[in-house]
Amino acid sequence: MIGITSYGAYVPLHRLDRSELTRAWGGVMGFPVPGEKAVASYDEDTVTMGVEASRDCTSGTDPNAIDALFFASTTHPYSEKQSSAIASAVLDLRRESRVVDFGGSLRAGSIAVSCALDSLNAASANSALVIASDTRLGAPAGLMEQAFGDGAAAILLGKQKVIASILGTHSISDEFSGVWRADTDTFVRSWEDRMILDTDYSVLLPEVMSAVMDKCGLKAGDFAKAVYYPPLDVRAHARLARAMGFDPGQVQDPMFMTVGNTGTAMTLMMLVAALEDARPGDKILFANYGNGADAFALEVTDAIEGARGRRGMKAHMESKRMLTNYEKYLRWRSLLPLEPAQRPELSPTSISALRRDRKEILGLYGVKCRKCGTPQYRPPASAGGRTPSRICVMCQAKDDFEDYRFADKRGRIFNFTHDSIATSPDPPATNVIVDFDGGGRGMFDLTDREPDEVEIGMPVEMTFRKLFFDRGIHNYYWRARPIRVKGTEV
Amino acid sequence: MAESIKDKVAIIGMGCTKFGELWDKSVSDLMVDATYEAFEDAGVEAKDIDAAWVGHWNEASGCTGMSLAGTLGLQYKPVTRLENACATGSDCLRSAAYAVACGACDMALAVGAEKLKDMGMIGLPHQVPLGTPNLVTAISAPGLFAMVATSYFHRYGLSPQEGKRMLAHIPVKSHHNGALNPKAHFQKELTIEQVINAPTVAWPLGVFDCCGVSDGAAAAIVVRAADARSFRKDPVLIKSLRICTNPADGSRRNDFDFTHIEATHRAGQAAYAEAGITNPREDISMAEVHDCFSINEAVIMEDLQFSGRGRVKEDLESGFFNLDGGLPVQPSGGLKCFGHPVAASGLRMLYEMYKQLQGKAGARQIKDPKLGLTQNMGGHPADNVISCVIVGL
Repeated sequence: MIGITSYGAYVPLHRLDRSELTRAWGGVMGFPVPGEKAVASYDEDTVTMGVEASRDCTSGTDPNAIDALFFASTTHPYSEKQSSAIASAVLDLRRESRVVDFGGSLRAGSIAVSCALDSLNAASANSALVIASDTRLGAPAGLMEQAFGDGAAAILLGKQKVIASILGTHSISDEFSGVWRADTDTFVRSWEDRMILDTDYSVLLPEVMSAVMDKCGLKAGDFAKAVYYPPLDVRAHARLARAMGFDPGQVQDPMFMTVGNTGTAMTLMMLVAALEDARPGDKILFANYGNGADAFALEVTDAIEGARGRRGMKAHMESKRMLTNYEKYLRWRSLLPLEPAQRPELSPTSISALRRDRKEILGLYGVKCRKCGTPQYRPPASAGGRTPSRICVMCQAKDDFEDYRFADKRGRIFNFTHDSIATSPDPPATNVIVDFDGGGRGMFDLTDREPDEVEIGMPVEMTFRKLFFDRGIHNYYWRARPIRVKGTEV
Repeated sequence: MAESIKDKVAIIGMGCTKFGELWDKSVSDLMVDATYEAFEDAGVEAKDIDAAWVGHWNEASGCTGMSLAGTLGLQYKPVTRLENACATGSDCLRSAAYAVACGACDMALAVGAEKLKDMGMIGLPHQVPLGTPNLVTAISAPGLFAMVATSYFHRYGLSPQEGKRMLAHIPVKSHHNGALNPKAHFQKELTIEQVINAPTVAWPLGVFDCCGVSDGAAAAIVVRAADARSFRKDPVLIKSLRICTNPADGSRRNDFDFTHIEATHRAGQAAYAEAGITNPREDISMAEVHDCFSINEAVIMEDLQFSGRGRVKEDLESGFFNLDGGLPVQPSGGLKCFGHPVAASGLRMLYEMYKQLQGKAGARQIKDPKLGLTQNMGGHPADNVISCVIVGL
């Protein structure tokens, strides 16, 4: 049996109430748009959110058992450098695993799923991770700024312990894309949505969904959930359900009121939400749209119960903090030219140093001394510019270590400061010394924090973030954050 | 068996510029002003100098021994640039003193000079080796030391308000002394309330918990003690010279408590042993220490055993470190008020001890001092190099 073996998702902590956009711009053509949208923090992007969703999906899975990593997005940070390669290094996959970036269409995620299934069917892979993540920008004051949200999802496909088997698939490719972005554009463009809906959305999606149902001998009423792409005007999503003969209870919520349209990640996030509620035996119709359409018929197995306990959509949705104002959003998305901080410039990021220390920087690897047993993080940078030390910090043994990964370790805040003069898009910068559970210590930025809530002894977990973009380089590293999901601080 | 430097080397001349935002002075101007004051003080000339060590922390202030040789026109002498962060000036003195003590030369010059205010913005320029990954937000120096305050308050059960009030005694005392010092960067008295209510720089530290960034230079001329009285009747003798560098481990090993600085403690212990001091709180007459931030001065008082562990609050509140107290600290105004041109600070501290011992400290004169101590801290609470110097008549 081939199918989904695990799932994970990520919704950034911060949400912007659309009333803030109405305050700033007076709504869209005078009409306020209701609800809220998920907003990536200033230190998050497509790669970091994809990594978060993947960590959620693959926790408990041996990274060596993942043969392929497919990363789908329309907002890859680099035009020439793979998001999938970065994610593979962070997730600590082995070098032989195949990494591929998918892009160019909001259908990139479902196309990646199709390719992953082909790899499994061809036995060139036994397990493939598909990540979909997007941070699309709508131009200020427009409907797309209102509609778009940020988020990511990841599913693991394989042959063992399948939680949702693939009953059938169908795909259509099409030149037409009513929503697009040229290589020189910052913001997404759209043709008149009535034309897109009439001639394409409401034609292609029913066509692929009907085709896969015919292939599998299933009818609309056979599905516990229909998960399909919502267009910019989310009302058309409900109209399509009526046209297809789905009851409202069968239709997976497109999350317009809570998250917004997350582009490539949208339908996979909805699929994760559907799997969270699914029971063994449920059939799920999963369909995506953009430059054509894809549809998959899934059947949930008994193994689904063993795959629970992930943060997925539910826990991430419940854990949120409102962004207090739209100006902060503009700053975080670098949409306003700001006066540079009156502080010394950073020295240029060195690619050769990033390469040399990639295990410490991307994998958050430390070491454990074989002589005295002390776990220790060896920061690639410090006051004296030291590179990772080859001498044990406790017993001074030389080069006698085994690998010790801190990325999945939790810790507690040993001490902290809120630094008002450090350059940060979200001042004050909160810096902490983290004492890791089981030993080891390091200094990190604390992100996603409420300054007043930070205290000595506060439990933290590690999160992969983008520190800054400078001279063409996205500088990724790990930060600490308060345990994202409350009630799991133990 | 290593020998003690005690009473082997004497300081026969010193100079120090006014510290501050010296827009009209270049680093060369500052070095000329400081060294010529020292030459005049010692009654010697540039040609009498056999060897020199010049300290610049930042490359913006100068590179190589040429920065001093070229500035002073030293004729084909061995001149070395030295950098050891805020301990640079004291380490220049150490090199010069060791050189005359071992007989490699007869008269040596130590100079520390820093020009920081040509940057166009507040703070210190970054100085990290090329290729160092930028992995943490550019945390400021106040931020790094603020973490010590956070831990200290926590360990000793002080609320933020109580902790900030305790620390406020430190700048208030230093501003009192600085107001009496015509060469100080800041010469204005402050109140406890002003300190406590000042804007936060890095929580819990406020503006007045932080020293300024200054331009300035200081210089010292040393000879063997046996030769000193041929230059002047009141040479100042070196009793101890210590450098202690920590292995950059405070943010890597779980047992570092952030409520003391281990290298300060060890530098102090080594200096007391070298100088034959058994009870520093009683035996040391006065001290100039590295009060880059108020919390650092507080833990230095404990690390140098002037106060018991966790007890500095009592001594601050009783005025023990005031100019008229049992052990005056920062009679010059300290880094807080005299200013902090990084590489010059160690020799500037020594300048105050030197003048006090000679009875030439004017309105700040301490009655009949016997031993003066200076302490510098380069780096941060977790990674640092400490100097500790003791001088006396």
